[in-house]
Amino acid sequence: MFIRKNPSVLAFLAILAIFTLTVTVMSEAGGTGAIPTSMVKTLGKTLCLALAALAMDLVWGYAGILSLGHMAFFALGGYMIGQWLMYARTGEIVTATLMNAQIPPTATEIRDGIAGQIFGVVGSAELPLTWAFAGSLPMQLLLVLAVPGIFAFLFGWLAFRSRVNGVYLSILTQAMTLALALWLYQNDSGFRGNNGLSGLQNIPGLTHVSQADISVWFLWASAAALALCYVLAAWLVSGKFGSVIRAIRDDESRVRFLGYSVEAYKMTVFTLSAMICAIAGALYYPQAGIINPAELAPIASIYLAVWVAIGGRGRLYGAVIGAVVVSLLSSWFTGGRAPDLNLGFYTVNWVDWWQVLLGLAFVCVTLFAPRGLSSIIDALAGLRPPMRRGKDLGPDLGALRESEAEA
Amino acid sequence: MRHLLLSLLLLAASPVWAQDLANVLDTHRDQISKPSRQTIAPVIAALATAGPSAGPVLEAWEDRRLGLAGERFAIIEGDTAIDAVTGVPVKGEVKALRPNSGVRGLIAAALVQFQLTDPDPARRRAALAAIAREPDESHLQALREAAAETDPVLAARRARLERLLTIRFDPDTQARLDAIDGFGGDTGADFQAVLNPLLTTNRIAATTLPEGANLAAELEPGSDTLPRAEAYRLLVDAGLAEARPSDADIKAALAGNIQNGGVGGVPIGQLTDPDRRDAAYATLVAEGKVAPAASADQVTAALEAHQFADLYVEPEPKITDAARAALRGMATREGTLQAADLALDALSLASIYFLAAIGLAITFGVMGVINMAHGEFIMMGAYTGYVVQTLISDRTVSLVVALPAAFAVTFLAGVLLYQLVIKHLAKRPLETLLATFGVSIALQQIAKNIFGTQARPLTAPAWLEGSVSFGGDVSISSIRVAIFVLALLFLGLFLIVMNRTRLGLQVRAVTQNPGMAASMGINPDRVAMMTFGLGSGIAGIAGVAIGLFAKVTSELGSDYIVQSFMTVVVGGVGNIWGTLAGAALIGGLQKGIEVLNPANTLAAQTYMILFIIIFIQFRPRGIMPQKGRAAEA
Repeated sequence: MFIRKNPSVLAFLAILAIFTLTVTVMSEAGGTGAIPTSMVKTLGKTLCLALAALAMDLVWGYAGILSLGHMAFFALGGYMIGQWLMYARTGEIVTATLMNAQIPPTATEIRDGIAGQIFGVVGSAELPLTWAFAGSLPMQLLLVLAVPGIFAFLFGWLAFRSRVNGVYLSILTQAMTLALALWLYQNDSGFRGNNGLSGLQNIPGLTHVSQADISVWFLWASAAALALCYVLAAWLVSGKFGSVIRAIRDDESRVRFLGYSVEAYKMTVFTLSAMICAIAGALYYPQAGIINPAELAPIASIYLAVWVAIGGRGRLYGAVIGAVVVSLLSSWFTGGRAPDLNLGFYTVNWVDWWQVLLGLAFVCVTLFAPRGLSSIIDALAGLRPPMRRGKDLGPDLGALRESEAEA
Repeated sequence: MRHLLLSLLLLAASPVWAQDLANVLDTHRDQISKPSRQTIAPVIAALATAGPSAGPVLEAWEDRRLGLAGERFAIIEGDTAIDAVTGVPVKGEVKALRPNSGVRGLIAAALVQFQLTDPDPARRRAALAAIAREPDESHLQALREAAAETDPVLAARRARLERLLTIRFDPDTQARLDAIDGFGGDTGADFQAVLNPLLTTNRIAATTLPEGANLAAELEPGSDTLPRAEAYRLLVDAGLAEARPSDADIKAALAGNIQNGGVGGVPIGQLTDPDRRDAAYATLVAEGKVAPAASADQVTAALEAHQFADLYVEPEPKITDAARAALRGMATREGTLQAADLALDALSLASIYFLAAIGLAITFGVMGVINMAHGEFIMMGAYTGYVVQTLISDRTVSLVVALPAAFAVTFLAGVLLYQLVIKHLAKRPLETLLATFGVSIALQQIAKNIFGTQARPLTAPAWLEGSVSFGGDVSISSIRVAIFVLALLFLGLFLIVMNRTRLGLQVRAVTQNPGMAASMGINPDRVAMMTFGLGSGIAGIAGVAIGLFAKVTSELGSDYIVQSFMTVVVGGVGNIWGTLAGAALIGGLQKGIEVLNPANTLAAQTYMILFIIIFIQFRPRGIMPQKGRAAEA
């Protein structure tokens, strides 16, 4: 029933499955080796970014909340899983070393050894309170969801309850991620300051497995997470809940007067999307190998909004397309692989000019093609925007424009 | 030569004392020629009371210039010598005396009273400085007994020194307390140097603390000030407990005694348990293979059975109390000075934020639009200043040219941005925010491509390079004063434009009700364009100002943009006083939090942002929100 009403979900899942299978077959791990392991990792990371964009589309495209701090939740998820990865991996190494000594180590000695290894760089040998559960994978997995979830809930509770919205809310979310980043930059915050957490690509207990295999496993995990969250998001927005949050996006006051608890809906969407972001982050950083506070810089979150806008907001597949296309193009251009463009009087080196192109392209998309890349899909499917004689869907700042809306 | 004249003068003036001096020298001739530290003190005392002419003699003695010419003492002056008592030149060989350093120390102390009454102020000053450098108990006596000082400056200095020495050396508690009180609100380093040693403490461990000891603090083992290991070391040092080797020592001892896969009967595999390790070690002790050691339980018991405390070396509690109070008072006064310094810092930071935010506030107030490229306009202004400076070498002229040039460049950029982008996104502030962000990353990268990634200098003219000081202790650099003046200037300019010109009238009308303004014949589009240009132009000037004290890089703008947003959001839109209040609040807050934790500016910013997030809860529309119908528009 749900699938029949949303044929795009099936198409999306099919494309995702084909993509994952193709990459697996062409990977070094179990196939022809046409795609190098680093590329598999990049693709896996791209899927995680697409998942984050999906979460961003839920809050911005559907609920009209332009959050400029969503990458904070992404990074928090990464930090939470990174704690376990680093602790357990360091634990293995420290235990192995201490076991070689004549006298086997006590539990305290192992713990002190790990703390010294991890926090030596910031001049400390004590395990901070924030690492209390670092030794336990189930606890840290729980924290991956719980910490960003509680954080988003508290923030949402403070912000939505006092009716902060529009530009104010955007600036406030930006301030939030900046505050968090600055806090993490401190050496005594218990997250190794600007060193961040590193060596995350080494999975504890899997030292005998090659990185080629691990990269494929993570690709599958990322694809599975994306598929599950996509279905969840599609199911959410297709039902009554989806209608209410879209109505909040377009005309918040009217929904409030109709008797809905606008704050509760907003808080639910905000918290849920923060948790989806956290899952994406928890899958992203083991593939990236390192996480540091620079990941929480406000600009990262704005880029997330840019991806969603370029892909076409208010459409789940639009967010995914935007994230995949822009981030892959970005790494292609900035990786120095794009050929230089010779204009006769000046040679455009894409490493230097890609940002300019991206910025201007983004301005053009906002101005001339509000639906972004989704307009291609809409054209293929024969969808046209509704005729509203130039009126937006609602009076609110986050409301979809006429040209953005689906028929 | 001076001493010679001096002694001659004195001789003429006081023949009685001269007689006295001769007597003393005659009586103690043997001891003076072969002094010993133990017995010479009375001789020096006798000499010291032998009148003013004894001064040069003592001085010469200390300098090893006193000699014996036969039976008479003589003072050696280079190649010649004069009689110590009469001052008559001495013929013949003079055998110099060589008192050892201990004796010379005693002589020096006795000499002080002569130097303090020396007719030459320079010598009196030197004497006071010498006492201040190495104060001694005997100096106190000398200071008190020396004849009154005539020079007022030296008199004050001497009185101060006398009180400092009283605090240190006077046996009478009340006198010392009075001396401490006498300093009142003084914060001098010398006073502090006298007070601090009074508060030195000794850390002791004992079964019961000694009766009547001047207790500074009782300590709990395991606290931050007294870790358990440290506490136990105290007990061991005091002979109250048996030494316990560190865990590492125990481990090493165990490793050295492995036999048949076990230590002291405990299999190696079980040594992961600390209790089993203790048991193994106990067995080794019983076998006599290692030195006995207290077990972990014994350590705990010993720590519980004893008391630990910091005791003042100074036995009199009244003195330590007074010293603590005086130091506390000093800290308070220094805090006040620092607060004044800080207020100035905060003021200059606030004016920077004000300058950076004022343009943003105008555009946000009029159009409800946040211009994310505002930071890049600041950067453009700074680079314009840099370019102008490369063209015009005279710093002052280039600055005078750069300010309007920066305004012109960014005004044009603002108008262009308005015409090309913002106009087409009317009433879509969130889209505008994102679109201007696109412009911002493009501009930043373009600046990087043109000027490179390294910082470019924008040098201030020489007359802006010094600093202005207020009352000596508080000072502020001239550039910051200039920026403060510039901010005031712009505040005034803004008020004039808004309240006295036609454009201002139109801007206010459009801000309050665009529809009504349009129906009255105002072109809202043109007004919006002009305000946007004006706001951007001010950003450019702010850029020049910021560039003067910060390095000009392509990231210059983004360093200030979030603070500028905060300023606007906290201040409230549509009201210049709101922006001013916002800038003052944010600047003051940031500096204020930095003081609480001076080593950590990151923490200061974190807490400031947290504060703002909380603040927005209570005043969602800022300090000075728009009122009336305009607020809903």
